[in-house]
Amino acid sequence: MTLKTSRRGFLKSAAAAGAVLMVGLRPDGALAAGSETAQLNPFVKINDQGRVVAIIKHFEKGQGPATGLSTLIAEEIGVTMDQIDYEFAPSNAELYANLFFGGFQGTGGSTAMANSFMQYRQAGAAARTVILEAAAQAWGVEAGSLDIVDGMVTGGGQSAPLGDFVAAAAQLEAPAEPVLKTPEQWRLIGNPQVRRLDSEIKGNGTAMYAMDVHLPNQMVVMLARPEQSGGLVASFDDSEAKSIKGFIRAATLPNNAAVAVYAENTWAAMQSRDALSVEWDLSAAETRDSTQIKDEILAALEGDAEYNVTKTEAGPMDQAAQVVEKTFYFPLLAHAPMEPLTCTIEANEDGGVTLHDGAQMPTGPHMALAQILQLPMDKVRINTMLAGGSFGRRATPNADYQVEAALAFAITDRTRPVKLVWSREDDVRGGMYRPAFGHKVKVGLSAEGEILAWEHRIAGQSIMKGTAFESMMVHDGIDHSSVEGVSDTPYTLPGFRVGLTDTQKATSTLWWRSVGHTHTGYAMEAMMDLVAKAAGRDPVEFRLAHLGDSADAKRKAAVLKLAAEKGNWGNAPAGRSQGIAVHKSFGSFVAEVVEISGNPDDGVQIEKVTCAVDCGIAVNPDVVKAQIEGGVGYGIGHVMRDEITLTGGVVDQSNFPDYEPLRIGDIGAIETHIIPSAEAPSGIGEPGTPPSAPALANAIANTGVIVANLPMINDGVEFA
Amino acid sequence: MTINLKLNGVEHSVDAEPGTPLLWVIRDELKLTGTKFGCGVASCGACTVHVDGEPARSCQTFIEDVEGAEITTIETIGDTPEGAAIQQAWKELDVVQCGYCQSGQIMSAVGLLQENPKPSVEEINDYMNGNACRCATYQRIRAGIQRASEILEA
Repeated sequence: MTLKTSRRGFLKSAAAAGAVLMVGLRPDGALAAGSETAQLNPFVKINDQGRVVAIIKHFEKGQGPATGLSTLIAEEIGVTMDQIDYEFAPSNAELYANLFFGGFQGTGGSTAMANSFMQYRQAGAAARTVILEAAAQAWGVEAGSLDIVDGMVTGGGQSAPLGDFVAAAAQLEAPAEPVLKTPEQWRLIGNPQVRRLDSEIKGNGTAMYAMDVHLPNQMVVMLARPEQSGGLVASFDDSEAKSIKGFIRAATLPNNAAVAVYAENTWAAMQSRDALSVEWDLSAAETRDSTQIKDEILAALEGDAEYNVTKTEAGPMDQAAQVVEKTFYFPLLAHAPMEPLTCTIEANEDGGVTLHDGAQMPTGPHMALAQILQLPMDKVRINTMLAGGSFGRRATPNADYQVEAALAFAITDRTRPVKLVWSREDDVRGGMYRPAFGHKVKVGLSAEGEILAWEHRIAGQSIMKGTAFESMMVHDGIDHSSVEGVSDTPYTLPGFRVGLTDTQKATSTLWWRSVGHTHTGYAMEAMMDLVAKAAGRDPVEFRLAHLGDSADAKRKAAVLKLAAEKGNWGNAPAGRSQGIAVHKSFGSFVAEVVEISGNPDDGVQIEKVTCAVDCGIAVNPDVVKAQIEGGVGYGIGHVMRDEITLTGGVVDQSNFPDYEPLRIGDIGAIETHIIPSAEAPSGIGEPGTPPSAPALANAIANTGVIVANLPMINDGVEFA
Repeated sequence: MTINLKLNGVEHSVDAEPGTPLLWVIRDELKLTGTKFGCGVASCGACTVHVDGEPARSCQTFIEDVEGAEITTIETIGDTPEGAAIQQAWKELDVVQCGYCQSGQIMSAVGLLQENPKPSVEEINDYMNGNACRCATYQRIRAGIQRASEILEA
């Protein structure tokens, strides 16, 4: 997503009384004068033992914000990574809104570091300032003569732990514009030796995910949903379920969308649901085959486009010496995060509820629970837990699974906590897919191999229309997420015209790691190779020739050149083929060289991927590398063999055996090179994904098979 | 039915219906949540535990088949030399991302090192093939196993 920046009045610092120093944004946005009444929801708190806790407003699904935002706080205060802990912020959009999400608290669009970089550094710097002032007063020296190093306040021949000054510092007024450390002073930001803060707990089984919630007396709820999306419960029979040990009851949800089975534990819930017999009203349900959906999309690529996206004139296609034309098709895809969806609702003593959830966009479920359970917003609390992956799935504008849990909880007497659990089958068959898209690209070349016209048609289902994000992401009818990565390309393309046609929603859709770039990156970069070859030019040279003097074009060219150099472009070992692609997304630039052995008939093996990335300042370089590695794996893993298909509206796939994840032997070494940069940090969770699939496609094309119909196995590519 | 098993060195007597997966006994009855539910059909490896020293997918291991067995989970695998080495290597290399599959990855990796202290890349790929990681941390898993092998050798 490219989202508008609506930067609020920035950090106002305040100090609370007591032995805990808290610095953050106060609800009224005003500077608090260290009074006992200042109600803070801080970004950082410090106790008198000197233990610093960073309050993380973004959820952690593995992409690293717990470590990243803690790094910013630790850097500015002057403590080591061993002296800082983190906890997740409560749900409070006033205090913890994503600055790019217009008042919504949430994580997505690879924005966590981009929107927190200044905010968290300022919070840390404000804390440092008041601690140094308190120490200066205690020692009778100038604050400017003191510094905090590894948690020790030092200067003027004295040294003491920072915790000694926390109580006094809490009485001081924090500066509105604290002085930040300069890049030359950084010891943690940009340091590749900094380790993740969540490695240990995730390696010894103590990390707690929402699936691990076991509250006293809780019930486990699983839902029997219709096989065809849009079906409704007509009636059900639970007589067989009643004989299952641990079965409690079954009830239709108030919205008729599913039958909820309540049980004493997960296994009993699974068995009870299997034993349930449900009659469905399918009169409004999806009954199409995915082949019909594909036909509709391909037909929408012909004739006039619904929207002229670039508002530009067509180039002189009729004067072209040769025309290169290709139609690409991208199927529905499921996210399939490793932890199936789950959340738990429990009643609080104050009459409110707490939601335990790997909450990616807390504001959505917060509002939904308040509405469904008829509670004021301040009676709904959200305990954000670690999430076992998401790839976009947990960021639902309609809070789909939390609404299910709330409805299931609402129709109980609310004395027992309700834990909603999805199975893997529920997840794979449950909709919210990356929408299917088609691209038809027609490029006219002059006799000299220069581009005269680039006609680019896109058709598919809008993700944003009908959601809370429509006003931000849809302009003049054009859903930006359908065309991002094409219409805003940094390439200079003569006669460039982009047309978009929305198609009917086949199923519920959702952003999927890198959103529109999942298909636009592929279409652009596969096409660049086809056009370069038609022009008889090297794919790298051809791309560089279309990257001009704009700042974006220069950054894109730089990663392209670096990846080509490090990937030994043009000098593949015998028996290997290379493909390259480069793409800008979420403010970052990534180029990748994929090297394969074998061939599409006997089996392709992905031997090596060499990546170059410019994501601005790399706060945690090793996390940046990990995200590129993961982004490459996610992109390549799906284009090899994954798709969601429908027969009569019923999803044909159900679990990992038929929605096969990337396996360890599928992909060789991934090497990542980071371009040093002084630019503000931009996205990293998603930008590794878009170039990976077209780079693979371009490597395969060099063995003779052009893959335009995904997944690749559908175009006859075998993988070793 | 009542089943006796030894979990992480502690004797337990569990009342469960035949056909109950060991996974749900470990997680819901004995409240050890490090062992994860990922697919329920032995296709992702997130639920891997050791049964009498051998890695097994606990979602497809039924309670009646583990009467008297010794079960080891992620919570105590660090007490073995291979487990400690793998956990140290995982931290050194920051293998994890979301981390949800990593208990299973580690239990499988320990199984590999216990039978093959110095596996090649191909042997790692073969052995670890059933452990899926949606974050695609695979190359760090390979590197982590090789690093653990070094640690054990030292």
